[in-house]
Amino acid sequence: MLAFLWRRIVSSALPLLVVILGVFFLARLTGDPANLYLPLSATPEMRAEFAARNGFDQPVVVQFFDYLGQIARLDFGESLRTAQPAAQAVLQAFPATLQLAGTTMLIAIVAAVVIGSLAAYRPNSLADRAASLLSSTSASVPDFWFAIMLVLVFSVTLNWLPTSGTDGTAAWVLPILTLLIRPFGVLVQVVRGSMVSALSAPYTKVARSKGADEKRVIFGHALRNAAAPALTVAGDLTVSMINGAVVVETIFGWPGIGKLMIDSILERDFAVLQAAVLLTALTIFALNILIDVCYALLDARVRQGVTA
Amino acid sequence: MTNGNGDHRDGTDGGVDGGPGFASAASAAEAPAPQPPRLFALLLKDRFACLAALVLVIIGAAAAIGPFLLGELATEQNLRSTSLPPFTLENGWSFVLGSDSLGRSVAARLVVAARTTLLVAVPAVVLSLTLGSVWGMWAGYHRGWRESVSMRIADVILSFPSLLLAVVVLYVFSPSVANLVLVIAIARLPVYVRTARAESAELQSRLFVDAARTFGARSGDIIRRHVAPTVLPTLLTVATLDFCFVILTESSLSFLGIGIQPPDLSWGLMVAQGREELQTAWWTAVFPGLAIVITTISATTLASWARLATDPAQRWRLTVPRRRRRAKASTEEVPA
Repeated sequence: MLAFLWRRIVSSALPLLVVILGVFFLARLTGDPANLYLPLSATPEMRAEFAARNGFDQPVVVQFFDYLGQIARLDFGESLRTAQPAAQAVLQAFPATLQLAGTTMLIAIVAAVVIGSLAAYRPNSLADRAASLLSSTSASVPDFWFAIMLVLVFSVTLNWLPTSGTDGTAAWVLPILTLLIRPFGVLVQVVRGSMVSALSAPYTKVARSKGADEKRVIFGHALRNAAAPALTVAGDLTVSMINGAVVVETIFGWPGIGKLMIDSILERDFAVLQAAVLLTALTIFALNILIDVCYALLDARVRQGVTA
Repeated sequence: MTNGNGDHRDGTDGGVDGGPGFASAASAAEAPAPQPPRLFALLLKDRFACLAALVLVIIGAAAAIGPFLLGELATEQNLRSTSLPPFTLENGWSFVLGSDSLGRSVAARLVVAARTTLLVAVPAVVLSLTLGSVWGMWAGYHRGWRESVSMRIADVILSFPSLLLAVVVLYVFSPSVANLVLVIAIARLPVYVRTARAESAELQSRLFVDAARTFGARSGDIIRRHVAPTVLPTLLTVATLDFCFVILTESSLSFLGIGIQPPDLSWGLMVAQGREELQTAWWTAVFPGLAIVITTISATTLASWARLATDPAQRWRLTVPRRRRRAKASTEEVPA
């Protein structure tokens, strides 16, 4: 098990490193912060002083190694925009994104398991066709447009729900509904597909022939075996959600990490951008390893390969 | 999008070329005389796939011809006809879908924006499909270090926040259509590399590839003549599905203000502009979004049909029930 974990950690560490490296250099390609933070009439001396104060006068490679040294001391620099420590800005925004992503994925998984299993129980039935229509439509709808339609119907016309903010349960409804459509559509299809093959597999027949009741057959035998592919896909979907529900956070004014990232790119706030990308990359890194471990525990064949 | 449809037709033709070779290799035992698959006839038999193809052709034609006919109408501002409501012919056909706050026809703008949207999506898909499949087949055929290095590169691209890449390109280079195509193509490359690698790694140990190797064929020729025709149907299905994803990506980027820039138009940008007028003129935000939904649903429908039609082991699902249904229909017609 430890060897398996170690192999996974080593092979996932390379993308992590490249992302940190890439963000550092690409961010500096977007332009000189002095153009944004100093007035147009700034003298060359003022610009030089600004660059020296923020360390931008050094060669980029030197800046990078300084940055690595700072990370090792858990110092993530200061925001150019607010002079607040970058770590603090990022840690304030991250819980909002995590809560949103977590709630959404929980709802999506439960709904997809129920609807996908119902659809797979009788393939080609009315329920199955309704589920596949629903899931394929929801995977084709642009989320930003769906969000605006929700605002149009529930906020502008009916005046039931707030258009933005995080106060109260009502404010959570529209962001979650918007975030839900893509993972829900994809997961229903995955659960349905693997449940169809699990329900026609020999072990299901054995379970039925032993007289197990349908509930046990579906949830105890079929679903347990059909869970692995759904788990992998759910993991990928969570990863993309952590990487920034930028669209949803922008439309609903949700103070999350995606909005923070895009704002700090636009404002050339390098320290905050780097800290945000580092935190999300680390979370995704940990999540990927967790998914691999779950996958191994769930599938007896993989588990044997891991422990052997 | 005559361009796009042309590519797609070429693609299905490629599938036909690949078909017999695949059938003889994979299921020679079950099908002694493989029927040449006539994809077009199959398409006509499936109502939904046919409708989806028709919708895509109409959108393609509108994008190709529309801007020449409606280009002026789309940019013409008329402050006497601002925010006209849709679905009435009182203001003439050009305002059948209403007008925005500057009095421009929404219908004409939709047609002009279709061109930009397809000019980004089609080249991006073609570029990543071509590069990704060649790279993936090469990596999967040779295995070893070439395979592992390619997979690591794909991992890195996948884990890189593509939004950041898009913003950088916007600031460093100009936010032109060509740069947007390049960013999206790079971001989608791993999908094709992974699919092509997996299929080709499995194929390179098959008997017919071994036979070709025994005859002394060079690896490039084996990939081109024996591996590519078999992998192509799968890749084309992935590409059709990816077409939706690319349209959604482009429109999200344009919506966020880091894709297509005014005065150019795209559907995503139109939704962003319509969002400001949501209270007074909802139609300016609703219709461009509907255009995206209709296009992506058509592409998904066509993709799931193509997956069945290009797979010799699954094709019966399209032919058998239809024939039965047709036979039933004709017997019912006889007494009438």
